[in-house]
Amino acid sequence: MEFFWYLVRVFVVGGGFCVLAQLLIDLTALTPARILVLYVVLGVFLGAVGLYEPIKAFAGSGISVTLIGFGGTIAKGVKAAVYEQGLLGALTGGLSAAAGGFAAALCFGYLAALFSHGRPKRL
Amino acid sequence: MKFDKEKYAKESKKGAPRSPLLRNGFATFWVGGSICLVGELLYRFFLSLSLLPKTASVSATVALVFASALLTALGVFDSIGRYAGAGTLVPVTGFANAVVSPAIDTKSEGLILGVGAKIFTVAGPVLLFGTLAGGLYGVLYALYLLFFGM
Repeated sequence: MEFFWYLVRVFVVGGGFCVLAQLLIDLTALTPARILVLYVVLGVFLGAVGLYEPIKAFAGSGISVTLIGFGGTIAKGVKAAVYEQGLLGALTGGLSAAAGGFAAALCFGYLAALFSHGRPKRL
Repeated sequence: MKFDKEKYAKESKKGAPRSPLLRNGFATFWVGGSICLVGELLYRFFLSLSLLPKTASVSATVALVFASALLTALGVFDSIGRYAGAGTLVPVTGFANAVVSPAIDTKSEGLILGVGAKIFTVAGPVLLFGTLAGGLYGVLYALYLLFFGM
C-alpha cells in the first residue's frame, strides 16, 4: 500500500512539472527549447539550495526523470567532485554525472539519423 | 499601417491560435505523469537485477532515451507530442526527441558536419547552461568549503 502511494506521488509530481511547463508555454513567450534549458538550470538551482534531494525522496522518478532531474544530477556531481578535487570539481563534476543521458541521446540520435529517412512533417 | 514593436506583438497575438488550457493541461498531466511512472518502474526493474541505485537510475534514463529515439525515428513521437505537449517534453523523452529529431531532419546536409552540428540544436544550449550553472555552483561550494567547511 505504501508502495502504491509512492507511485501516485511519482505520477502527480511528474505530471505537475509537465503542467507547469505547459502553462509557461501557453501563457508566456517561452518556447519548448527554452523550457528545457530553464528546467535544467532550475534543477541545478534546486540541487544547490538543497531542495532537490528531499523532493526526490518524496516523489522519486517524478522529478528525477524530468529535465529538472538532469540539473539535480549535475549539481550532485559537482558537489561530490568539489569535495574530492577542490575547485577543479566545478568543471569536472557536472558533465561526468550527467554523461549517461547525454551520451545515450547523442549516440541513439546519430544511429536514428543513419537508419531512418527524414519524413515531411505533418502540421 | 505602421508597426512598432508593441503593436506588432499585440496584432500577432490576435492572429495566433489560442491554446485550450484545460485540454492541454489534462493531456500534459496524464502523459507526463505516466512517463515518470514508467521511469520509476524501469528503475525498480534495474534495481531488482541488483544494480546499484545510481547505475539503475542511469540505466532507466538510457532506456527512456532509447525508446524516445526509436519512436522519433518511426515518426510516432511527433503524434504523441502533439497531443501531450509538455507531457512528453519535460521528461528526458523530450530532451531525447529534441536531439534525435534535428539529427534525422538534417541527414541531407551531410552525415559528418550536417548531422554532427544540428544534433546539438537543443542539446547544445541544455549542455551549455547546465554546465554553466553547475560550474557556478561548484565555485560557490568550493568557497563555502574554504571558509566554513571541514
